[in-house]
Amino acid sequence: MSLNYTKKTISHFLHPKNLGSVKNANATASVGNMVCGDQLSFSIKVKDGVIKDIKFLSFGCASNIATASVLTEKVKGLTIAKAKNLDWQEIVKDLGGLPNQKIHCSILAVEGLKKVIAEYETTHQAVKVKKTLKKSKK
Amino acid sequence: MDNAATTKIDSRVLLKMKPYYLRHYGNASSIHALGQENDLLLKACKEKIAKIFQANPNNLVFTSSATEANNFIIKGVMRANREKGKHLIVSAIEHPCVLNSARELEDEGYRVDYLPVNSDGLVKLDELEKMIGPETVLVSVMAVNNEIGVIQDLAKISELVHKKGAYFHTDAVQAVPYLNLDIKKLKIDFMSLSAHKFYGPLGAGLAFISSDIKIKPLIVGGGQENGLRAGTYNIPAIVGMTEALILSYKERVAYIKKVKTLRDYFWKKIKQTIPEVYLNGSVSKRTPNNLNIRFRRIEGEAILMDLSFKGIYVSTGSACSAQNLKVSSTLKALGLDPADLNSNIRFSLGRYNTKAEIDYTVKCLKETVKRLRQFTPII
Repeated sequence: MSLNYTKKTISHFLHPKNLGSVKNANATASVGNMVCGDQLSFSIKVKDGVIKDIKFLSFGCASNIATASVLTEKVKGLTIAKAKNLDWQEIVKDLGGLPNQKIHCSILAVEGLKKVIAEYETTHQAVKVKKTLKKSKK
Repeated sequence: MDNAATTKIDSRVLLKMKPYYLRHYGNASSIHALGQENDLLLKACKEKIAKIFQANPNNLVFTSSATEANNFIIKGVMRANREKGKHLIVSAIEHPCVLNSARELEDEGYRVDYLPVNSDGLVKLDELEKMIGPETVLVSVMAVNNEIGVIQDLAKISELVHKKGAYFHTDAVQAVPYLNLDIKKLKIDFMSLSAHKFYGPLGAGLAFISSDIKIKPLIVGGGQENGLRAGTYNIPAIVGMTEALILSYKERVAYIKKVKTLRDYFWKKIKQTIPEVYLNGSVSKRTPNNLNIRFRRIEGEAILMDLSFKGIYVSTGSACSAQNLKVSSTLKALGLDPADLNSNIRFSLGRYNTKAEIDYTVKCLKETVKRLRQFTPII
């Protein structure tokens, strides 16, 4: 079986960025499960529509850890609108490629990002609606 | 630490092989002198090997691998004995080459039952007794499991299989030199071996067959091996396999003592140093080279890769490391908690491992497990 990771993937596996959980996170979400062999949890802090901080936890292989790490680096500082459109192929490109059977790791990482953003939007949409209602009453 | 995958060839074996590449390179099927001297050599090799296993030298068939030997025996016996029945039994923890041969036969209309194992990894004999019927042709149970090193009770299985009128095959690839494989005493009809698992060369396998049971060839061609396995005899590899087998059994006692001492020390150290570790499979009915350890809450491939960067090479049954992204069928058959199926590492020691290597591995393993557990989402 061919399982050669790029230098960048290895570096992100050995020294992952943004590990852990964001304090006072605005949203958290998990994807994958342990039966499939991989699980990722993301937590984000958002201010003025921009992802100020993002951290992750991983139960997964080297490429699961590396893809999540590179994803957090990419989206930190991005607006929610831009982060939402992140494509898994960009992650693969960024790492200089992934072995075929590991492509699903990048898909899972992006799925996790979308889920945490969706979670943020559902909880904060409600707040926004309330604020607008208040304004309109004035 | 991955000797169950393959071993480093013994230099004494390599030296024995060399002249058969450089000088005595004749095709053993050629009738001139250069060929015929190798034909005689082949017969001598078979006699030497047969002696170790109390087998009949005429019942040995050289193959390119144990995978080929297993394919040959399982498909060959089932296809040649259709008038007897179309039922095959294989254990649930067989090597993929046995399981996939069985699946191929299922596609051809044969009926296959997969014999379950208990949580120790031992096949359930009472289930086997119920499974074997008048239609059953062959039962295949491996001598030693490749992942967890668990040793099956071949004598008991063989007795039961024969009492019920079926034939018995065992894949004994991981059993040399740990088990004394007396074919006659154990009444083994068919057996498979592979040279590179016991410090012999790659590309050399062996099928033990029975002169009383019909078998069809898998590879046909120029009629070698009495028409049972075509293809030019791989003389250097056969010479190497023969020498490796002789050395393995000659030095057996000292070798077993060495790996057992190292393995027991290794496991003791791991238990002392790392929390939440468990052994998969039976503790006592296990070859002395094997440890298959569950590291809860972290993933096997990540452990493997992290150790690999520290120069330590191991194996995992985790789905992430498999081509088909499927978790090991052996670990599944043990009935592990599904959450633990992807957290296992196999260490398989061998002749060249040292105590210093074990100490270094324990130190690295501790760091690796600590690092990965720092960011696991699993509580």
